[in-house]
Amino acid sequence: MDKRVVFRSAWLPYALLAPQIAITIVFFFWPAAQAVWFAFQLQDAFGLHTQFVGLQNFAALFADEHYLGSFRTTAVFSIAVAFSGIAISLLLASMADRVLRGALAYKTLLIWPYAVAPAVAGVLWGFMFAPSIGIVTYVLKGFGIDWNWIIQGDQAMLLVVMASVWKQISYNFLFFLAGLQSIPRSLIEAAAIDGASPLRRFWTVVFPLLSPTTFFLLVVNIVYAFFDTFGVIDATTQGGPAQATQILVYKVYYDGVKAADLGSSSAQSVILMFIVITLTVIQFRYVERKVQY
Amino acid sequence: MKLRLLAAALAAAGAFAAPAQAQTEIQWWHSMGGALGDRVNGLAEKFNASQKEYKVVATYKGQYPVSMTAAIAAFRAGNPPHILQVFEVGTATMMAAKGAIVPVATVMKNAKEPFDPKAYLPTVSGYYTDLKGNMLSLPFNSSTALFYINKDAFKKAGLEPVAPKTWKEVVATAEKLKAAGIDCPYTTAWPSWVHIENFSAWHNVPIGTKQNGMGGVDTKFTIDSPLHVRHVAMLGDMAKKGLFVYAGRTNQGDAKFSSGECAMFTGSASAQAGIKKAGKIDWSPHFLPYHDDVKGAPQNSIIGGASLWVMAAKGRKPDEYKGVAKFLSFLSQPEIQMEWHTGTGYVPITLAAYELTRKSGYYDKEPGAALTVQQLTNKAPTANSKGLRFGNFVQGREVIEEEMEAVFAGTKDAKTAMADAVRRGNDILRKFQAANK
Repeated sequence: MDKRVVFRSAWLPYALLAPQIAITIVFFFWPAAQAVWFAFQLQDAFGLHTQFVGLQNFAALFADEHYLGSFRTTAVFSIAVAFSGIAISLLLASMADRVLRGALAYKTLLIWPYAVAPAVAGVLWGFMFAPSIGIVTYVLKGFGIDWNWIIQGDQAMLLVVMASVWKQISYNFLFFLAGLQSIPRSLIEAAAIDGASPLRRFWTVVFPLLSPTTFFLLVVNIVYAFFDTFGVIDATTQGGPAQATQILVYKVYYDGVKAADLGSSSAQSVILMFIVITLTVIQFRYVERKVQY
Repeated sequence: MKLRLLAAALAAAGAFAAPAQAQTEIQWWHSMGGALGDRVNGLAEKFNASQKEYKVVATYKGQYPVSMTAAIAAFRAGNPPHILQVFEVGTATMMAAKGAIVPVATVMKNAKEPFDPKAYLPTVSGYYTDLKGNMLSLPFNSSTALFYINKDAFKKAGLEPVAPKTWKEVVATAEKLKAAGIDCPYTTAWPSWVHIENFSAWHNVPIGTKQNGMGGVDTKFTIDSPLHVRHVAMLGDMAKKGLFVYAGRTNQGDAKFSSGECAMFTGSASAQAGIKKAGKIDWSPHFLPYHDDVKGAPQNSIIGGASLWVMAAKGRKPDEYKGVAKFLSFLSQPEIQMEWHTGTGYVPITLAAYELTRKSGYYDKEPGAALTVQQLTNKAPTANSKGLRFGNFVQGREVIEEEMEAVFAGTKDAKTAMADAVRRGNDILRKFQAANK
């Protein structure tokens, strides 16, 4: 038997939902529909001449090897951000879960970075790693490492990944900690009595029980890497050097806002929309099956 | 109660409306932050104090691309500013926007303001003038690229503090500086503007066909010429040997020079204010180096900076344009120009202002300021050195910079990189052509 709450009135549920739906339509569906419409047009910056060009914007994008390269960059970036973000925060959360004294202070400190705006995080990391004046650059120079992400693409990528991961760890940490605390102690103790080592207990008992949390975080982190890391990139590398850190969403912004090329920018956001829809469907269809709730 | 509120509201409305009736407001959106912003406000205040009919309201709208985007959005919403400051790479985009802008020449003519295009410095106004000789926008803040040396670093390396004149000498000097333990012998700001755009004008070679795009939107880039390839290859080679340290696409190089880290530097003439303010090094400004085997080099350099565009809107009254014309005339006065020139380091836009400044003895005190004008007017400008006008050049310049970065990082050879820059750049130009048929 499921428990169902039934509204007596026919219109009340709709009325209660209306504000949320209105917001969704105005701020999500309407702009999305506009993007789809603009994607088939060629327009000058001021909107004085508009022509319908069919799939030309898309064709131009897929003929551009740099746009295709941007896919690779985005894939590398998102995987690096999502995996290292999840792995590090899982490690930190497992540690925090064991801490007895000063646990609150420890947790609070780990949650702090979440309050930092992405752009500020970018500037902060940019400063620390700034070529020739950054403190970390100075230390690295002592080890004989030539750190200059202004020209070294790999280093630029490393920098934006670090800054983005740092920013997201707090969020992941909170969820993992909550997940860990909801695992019954008795299960872990039983495994311990059976002689399982701490590592084995983690992999065979704790980790599977955390899988719903991990799955949720995977989805959230991929979306984060795709869209919310924009501020970090804009404040540090701005997509450079030589497009080494130009992820798809940054290119959408650059072409649309800075270069006033609305057609191409809209076409790119439509493509991006499809990628995210596909990824989410795959995640829910296939990955979720392996999740034990 | 209600009545009293209404009365109060009416009174308040009346209070606000009264001065608006007497004065026509002219909205001016600009991108001059900090000390430059104060100068811009100073200009508006001075104009407002000089007469009673019009009131110029100067508003800082963020950096160049931001204010341009904001103005485009405002135009689409039907309420653009009267005057918009647009950076030089946005020139073609603005020019093509017939219906969104009114050429300055037309504004002046309609308002019956005295206006002589010949009074303006040709290398400056040429950039913003169409082939028929109509000035489209009023040059406002213009600078050019200069070469700087850090005399302290030269002395430290046991060299005479004399600036190398040719690129060959720059490389030789950089090698000596490097050998003497200087980690950054040379750096640059604005790689495309200095090493492609100004470089081409300085050597009298085209950046693109159709007079660098000034002759029409069906222009193509020609920056894969042997001279361009050779120059970029030379920079790549210098980067490999540690003689050239790349600083970034905008003015990041300025700080590397003013802090004393780099011994030689190419950047905007406007970098001088920052170097002076940092006050860390003994330095001197010079003409840009050139390749001495190129016939006719050095020619003249081209400007960078921004100009003022008059924007159109539905329902905008002739009186508003008249106010705009009056303000543009005010800005062109020699005294105002001299004040702007000496206060900011940008070049004077009229010949009269240059003469006035020269007579005042300012250039004897500030050789760097005179140098800028001298380099811009080194020779009578040719079709290759008048300026450039490429559509969507915000993207075009980025493509050039990306390809240059690939050479500096050693991942591409100069020939391939410049060929790729031309191919990708031409795609952008064709798109602009199609969108502005």
